[in-house]
Amino acid sequence: MSFLNYFQSQKKNTARVAKERLQIIVAHERSPRGGPDYLPLLKEELLLVVRKYVQVDPSAVTVQLDRDGDCEVLELNVILPETQSAGRRR
Amino acid sequence: MARIIVVTSGKGGVGKTTTSASFAAGLAKAGHRTAVIDFDVGLRNLDLIMGCERRVVYDFVNVINGEANLKQALIKDKRLDNLYILPASQTRDKEALTQDGVGRVLEELAQDFDYIVCDSPAGIERGAMLAAYFADDAIVVTNPEVSSVRDSDRIIGILSSKTRRAERGEEPVTTRLLLARYAPGRVQKGEMLSVEDVCEILAIDLLGVVPESKAVLAASNAGVPVIMDEDSDAGQAYQDAVARYLGEERPHRFLNEKKGFLGRLFGSGNS
Ligand SMILES: Nc1ncnc2c1ncn2[C@@H]1O[C@H](COP(=O)(O)OP(=O)(O)OP(=O)(O)O)[C@@H](O)[C@H]1O
Ligand SMILES: [Mg+2]
Repeated sequence: MSFLNYFQSQKKNTARVAKERLQIIVAHERSPRGGPDYLPLLKEELLLVVRKYVQVDPSAVTVQLDRDGDCEVLELNVILPETQSAGRRR
Repeated sequence: MARIIVVTSGKGGVGKTTTSASFAAGLAKAGHRTAVIDFDVGLRNLDLIMGCERRVVYDFVNVINGEANLKQALIKDKRLDNLYILPASQTRDKEALTQDGVGRVLEELAQDFDYIVCDSPAGIERGAMLAAYFADDAIVVTNPEVSSVRDSDRIIGILSSKTRRAERGEEPVTTRLLLARYAPGRVQKGEMLSVEDVCEILAIDLLGVVPESKAVLAASNAGVPVIMDEDSDAGQAYQDAVARYLGEERPHRFLNEKKGFLGRLFGSGNS
């Protein structure tokens, strides 16, 4: 690969990098469109409660509102760290 | 009853005013009575882009405050019979725009016009929120660049939750993407987000793609909406977008670089 080609192939990736970064940040910032305003706060308070018992990462708690036909489903997901249960067994 | 269209973006300088001017002119050209309102209080610019800056007597805030009536404040376009401009106030502070006041002016305009185009200021402050609040349709102007796309996503969220239609639980605001300053050559080289990328990230329908074009600056220099330059790429792209808005199906043009002889020879589509 020539010197010139090297820089060209480096450049080639920037649009893809931009797309990947955008997909992540947008998913993170997007409150469910048309969803209620309280979700971010709910998530924060949930995190505090969970952390009373288990030390989890902020990203370990996800709150999502889905529509299933006529009814809305609030989905809460807490991923517990593996070391927690491992530690208890010991 | 008029249809209210907001042209918005979040990020500044992406082409909202350029789009508002051309879109309004395009609707008027198609025979619809159209008013275009500058919501950028303190930073009036639409008048310059439309070439009527020397005919501004009263403005939007004067009308809201009852210091002038709509007839006195609306400026009739020199070129198109169906087109009227309501300029922004240059001096007042932004607090002058109230939801009540804006609602009253829009309601009065709606008696007389088919379309009302609202040129939103950048940001998500009062002016931008009010420009969006009463909208039936939204045109989200985005540049193929990370900060513009991110800001557009914020605005799309606002359009779906903070508008009158959302508050009343009515049919949501029809929100479509207008990708501006697109440079196909750079997309092909992987230097710029493609139209497919942006559509995928924002997950809204595409109204049009306007290429990066010298014609835009030439048109704003002259004070003529670029859509009036019918030979230019940007003018034709806006013409297509207006036709699509009015329900016509048109293929997207200007998605590929037209390479000149040298470009083809050296593969450097760099125009
Ligand atoms: N397709 C295009 N090709 C080239 N230049 C463009 C294009 N669209 C807009 N511009 C230029 O970008 C600049 C900003 O455009 P414009 O004023 O329409 O943006 P805006 O979103 O209204 O800005 P603001 O947020 O300040 O209101 C202007 O100089 C304009 O000429
Ligand atoms: Mg503007």
